[in-house]
Amino acid sequence: MLGSRPTFEPTGPLQDRWKKHLFDLSLIAPQNRAKHKIIVVGTGLAGASLSATLGEMGYQVSSFCFQDSPRRAHSIAAQGGINAAKNYRNDGDSVWRLFYDTIKGGDFRARESNVYRLAELSVNIIDQAVAQGVPFAREYSGYLANRSFGGAQVSRTFYARGQTGQQLLLGAYQAMSTQIAKGGVSHHSRSEMLEIIKVDGRARGIVVRDLVSGKISAHTADCVVLCTGGYGNAFYLSTNAKGCNASATWRAHKHGAYFANPSFTQIHPTCIPQSGEAQSKLTLMSESLRNDGRIWAPKNIKDCERDPSTIKEGERDYFLERLYPAFANLVPRDIASRAVKNICDEGRGVGAKIHGQCRGVYLDFADAIKRLGERAIREKYGNLFEMYQRITGDNPYRMPMKIYPAVHYTMGGLWVDYNLMTTIDGLFAGGEANFSDHGANRLGASALMQGLADGYFILPQTVANYLAKEEFDNIDKHSAVSEGLSRAKQRLNALQNAPKPKHSPDYFHQKLGFILWESCGMSREKAKLRQAVKEIKDLKNEFWHSVKVTGIDKEMNQTLERAGRVADFIELGHLMCVDALDREESCGCHARVEHLSKAGEAQRNDEDYAYVSSWESQDGGFILHKEFLSFEFIQPTIRNYR
Amino acid sequence: MNFILHIWRQENPQDAGGFKTYTLDNVAADSSFLEMLDQLNEQLIQAGETAIVFDYDCREGICGACSLVINGYVHGKQQRTTTCQLYMREYADEKELWIEPWRASAFPVVQDLTVDRTAFDRIIQAGGFVEVSTGSAPEANTLLVDKHSADEAFNSATCIGCGACVAVCPNASASLFVAAKVGHLSYLPQGAITAKDRALKMTRAMFKEGFGVCSNHRHCQTQCPKSISVSNIALMNKLLSWS
Repeated sequence: MLGSRPTFEPTGPLQDRWKKHLFDLSLIAPQNRAKHKIIVVGTGLAGASLSATLGEMGYQVSSFCFQDSPRRAHSIAAQGGINAAKNYRNDGDSVWRLFYDTIKGGDFRARESNVYRLAELSVNIIDQAVAQGVPFAREYSGYLANRSFGGAQVSRTFYARGQTGQQLLLGAYQAMSTQIAKGGVSHHSRSEMLEIIKVDGRARGIVVRDLVSGKISAHTADCVVLCTGGYGNAFYLSTNAKGCNASATWRAHKHGAYFANPSFTQIHPTCIPQSGEAQSKLTLMSESLRNDGRIWAPKNIKDCERDPSTIKEGERDYFLERLYPAFANLVPRDIASRAVKNICDEGRGVGAKIHGQCRGVYLDFADAIKRLGERAIREKYGNLFEMYQRITGDNPYRMPMKIYPAVHYTMGGLWVDYNLMTTIDGLFAGGEANFSDHGANRLGASALMQGLADGYFILPQTVANYLAKEEFDNIDKHSAVSEGLSRAKQRLNALQNAPKPKHSPDYFHQKLGFILWESCGMSREKAKLRQAVKEIKDLKNEFWHSVKVTGIDKEMNQTLERAGRVADFIELGHLMCVDALDREESCGCHARVEHLSKAGEAQRNDEDYAYVSSWESQDGGFILHKEFLSFEFIQPTIRNYR
Repeated sequence: MNFILHIWRQENPQDAGGFKTYTLDNVAADSSFLEMLDQLNEQLIQAGETAIVFDYDCREGICGACSLVINGYVHGKQQRTTTCQLYMREYADEKELWIEPWRASAFPVVQDLTVDRTAFDRIIQAGGFVEVSTGSAPEANTLLVDKHSADEAFNSATCIGCGACVAVCPNASASLFVAAKVGHLSYLPQGAITAKDRALKMTRAMFKEGFGVCSNHRHCQTQCPKSISVSNIALMNKLLSWS
């Protein structure tokens, strides 16, 4: 329960819950489906797979994306792979084990029923993708290949070289294209959602800006689904695409959709460090590099500017091997990231100086090259080494790579019940946009799985259930539509007419990113978070007072687009800090300095914090609603990687 | 690094457009090409001018959003690279850069450096898929695919739909884009059943959109950021001759 709001989780044996729930859901007969119109915002894995599936079923679907083509949604950049409990390797994997690993990986901050369903559906996703022609890696025998990923003890990850996200997204995009051709889906590219339209408490449409003509229009439907991705770009620098934004979810939040666990953001340890303060984004390199690379920093600060090849073995600190002898360089993402940060905070970082600090450590392949030969390393990591060299100009076969953690994924998102419906009736959220399955930390190769489970298999059923139970009048002439339009126009107007225009939207975005990274990044503490809240409030005032948007709103204007997104990130950033302040424990990726053991391990507090923090916005403040989590099937245990 | 930049500015598809010259100083060698344009845009906003519109998103060479013809080369001078993965250190020896949008009548300029590539979406809609409704797929390992075919399919499937092949083709043909999808799906048993039909429908859609016919210059293969091979075009032609 979330207050008085049920989560609609079924009860009984875990294995039967989704099946039971499916049977209990109401259906809409095929001949009646065309009477219902559904809006889907976003065309990543969740959005594209949902639009395709709803179109096939016979509904009228209107889909929207801000990119110039649905194929460019950011799911495309996922590298590693997708998990599925097929147990093709006969290594003891099962739906139950994938469920267990995901709950444990999320540090016991996700719902058992949801996670079990995800593990259960994982196998169907692979079947569907293969049938669509997704070119997964194969063995010489013709069977699908698997690998172990992100420290998993079983090989359950399916992959298409380092481009799994791209191939799965193209599969979903092509399925959606089939439906566009048949008329089941009408798609609008270069269209950004600005507002949600609510009638009698139910989501009934959206207000959209055509990013080419600047035209603002209202689109009405029987319900709305947001598959609009995560909010990692609140930090300005992240591995997300530049266009990724939280505006759709934040606009929905402002109209009553609670935002859950906003402080749960995943930081990935192996990214290419920032080269300068003008940098626009960070690039992730696959975690697989940690299988053979050794991470180190100079023992002495004075050695940090030396050529690394002249630093002798005894002068190096292989800190992950020293701190975590059992897992060494393969400790989980959050632990590796935090250790790297601590080293740099001590002043032992290497590489370019950013805001007065060198932010990088070495990832060294010299030993692996000596042991396995350059050829073997080239075969394994050739494409990653090439990418690194292209970006940095350094040759990693001769010089150790430099790495630094970067924001990569956000576990938080709109609160949803078991039907993936938000606290606004008729407004659903899928994929990274919801908070549902990853708890306080996401396992590798699980994001693609969740997006596709939501889009292909869960939402089509739960959306139908909602439509079957409700009645819908035509609302095209309703005052809520014109109010939505005028709200959107007023906001654009305010963005373009700040009283004292002085700074570009990026100026504010960079400032926000710096505040969040320093206070709500890899380690958090009360005093810094409080200070951050204050700074963000000031930043918000300064933004609306002096944001400078040039150009006009009746044409393509990327400065105006950014201004709107940054305004939302500022408010969301505020909530991220408020959430991190509330959670007086460390769990998953959320490390509160006050709640770490002497050895630096996260100390979870199940007694007081085994809940989903679900936030409501009211009068500029935030109200916390708690959904208490109960663990009937898995006893919460403590992670220990020493 | 300091540059003189000649950048194509065009207000809308009807506008004739033309080059406008800007100077930009203090560009870091480690800046990406698009970060250099960001820097110019910040300078323009400060001066109260309208920023230059250009397409970008992932900035790691996979989404296919970025484009640009730089000093006559699509995606710049480095091969197998998208513009977003191009770094200014590559231009250390140059002082002037000419930056233009893709040029093809099937890719009309929307504004400045941005073009409309929705023709590519419509070509995919014409047949670039294997039709399989959700839930009807058999167990994945009941369908074996020999490794060679799977690898070939993957190589063709890495097309990012950026449109560089069209921009570099003297005939503005989209043959490499179309053939990459035809190749991807035809190498696999899942797509083989409809292979001839797919090749025909997609080729027809390509002509309908106003793209030219392949004239065997092979510039597309040389300039493709993902090294898609023209052998896909040969395969497509074979399928067409059979259909």
